[in-house]
Amino acid sequence: MRPFQYIRAPSLSETSKLTAGEDALAIAGGTNLLDLMKLQVETPALLADINRLGFSEIEDTDDGGLRLGALATNTETAVHPRVRADYPVLARAILAGATQQLRNKATNGGNLCQRTRCFYFTNIDQPCNKREPGSGCGAIDGIAKLHAVLGTSDQCIATYPGDMAVALSALGAVVQISGDKGERSVPVRDFHLLPGDTPWIENVLEAGEIITGIILPAPVGGTQIYRKVRERSSYAFALVSVAAIIELTDGKFSRADLAFGGLAHKPWHDPRVEEVLLGQHPSDALIDKAADILLEDARGYGENDFKIPLTRRTLRAVLTQATEDAA
Amino acid sequence: MSDTITVNGTANPLPDDPRVSLLDFLRHDIGLTGTKKGCDHGQCGACTVIVNGIRINSCLTLAAMHEGDSVTTIEGLGTPDEPSALQRAFLEHDGFQCGYCTPGQICSATAMLEEIAAGWPSDASESLEGHIVTSREEIRERMSGNICRCGAYANIVAAIEEVAAGGQS
Repeated sequence: MRPFQYIRAPSLSETSKLTAGEDALAIAGGTNLLDLMKLQVETPALLADINRLGFSEIEDTDDGGLRLGALATNTETAVHPRVRADYPVLARAILAGATQQLRNKATNGGNLCQRTRCFYFTNIDQPCNKREPGSGCGAIDGIAKLHAVLGTSDQCIATYPGDMAVALSALGAVVQISGDKGERSVPVRDFHLLPGDTPWIENVLEAGEIITGIILPAPVGGTQIYRKVRERSSYAFALVSVAAIIELTDGKFSRADLAFGGLAHKPWHDPRVEEVLLGQHPSDALIDKAADILLEDARGYGENDFKIPLTRRTLRAVLTQATEDAA
Repeated sequence: MSDTITVNGTANPLPDDPRVSLLDFLRHDIGLTGTKKGCDHGQCGACTVIVNGIRINSCLTLAAMHEGDSVTTIEGLGTPDEPSALQRAFLEHDGFQCGYCTPGQICSATAMLEEIAAGWPSDASESLEGHIVTSREEIRERMSGNICRCGAYANIVAAIEEVAAGGQS
């Protein structure tokens, strides 16, 4: 690990000043950041420890929703009585990720900011446009089994690796951000960015900004499912995952909030998929039509070609299960 | 708050170099070598310790981040003469071959039984809110952060199962 200056951030405003510089980073749980610092993928000159700043509470909002403090751990969130009762898709998504030891340390804010696990990104001897702009992408025509099939660019085909944010996308959650210019709120669906020509810019956070909380809207009815397909039964990243909140009224889809993990540089949400389902009776033909729309622009890179049919089948499995649960 | 970190009941000064992981602090700075360094990247669980009652990977956290915290390592759970229930069960069930992962396995399992007692669900739990049956499936899922390269899993699970069934001493 390269030497760095360690400062315990005394306040939120001081954190903004400390982390406004290019070589400065905030550290919370640190489970991803310290791993990357050991690999010298991250080499900050200054680390601002924000763990004692507060905003670790999980509390009811005035409109019946729930505010998850950015510094609440993944475990504290998954085991919270209201998360378990009202947002089971979120509890299930968190519990499907990492290990208990990691979830005990990882925070909600840090989880949103975690970096891709692309092998070329984490190996400093390999080319990677995300880590070293202009060096090329090793994954295109390389080892690309875990890589993206939607929203890729000729610069980067990495995936956003997390599970929690996929559920937050389906739930329509909002990220609260604080910086030296004040506070702002960004929907989770808009928080992460596609790689385009700037794969090193992964989310909308600007220098000096940190996440302070995540707002869950008031709970809705229906069946909530998080289905994660992976290569072993525990402690593996998603090949494909589906977060679903499904409601049927008079036998027709009246709610079909869907988000997908493992497919892109961000949790994937496509409103056209929901539109084609709403107001219709569930059927194999309808689900196929939804999958056609979802995967219209999907592109495999050899090793990850399987993700395209796997996504279709996982979507079918989730919608079939949700329909049966609702019946 | 003092600039110390308490390990197994004893206060120790924090390291001067902020790069020191909690794992290296335990092993190198204060000589508690029971905690093991396996992968050093949070993938194997050999470095698992209990901080303020919660199990974490000590390799993926800086000692400097734990000012005022209370850490329990394998040395703090029991002694050869007075082993903890899990330490005894691992011996009885031969829950290891080389033994390198064992301190992490036992620290992890110790905290895991507390998590079950607190009603925390896992990915293997049928219900998020119901009573948790400490089945083999639950134990395997909850212990998935502790790798045993010798493959002593069957006996590790048996040891934990026995302690879970008999209550903790």
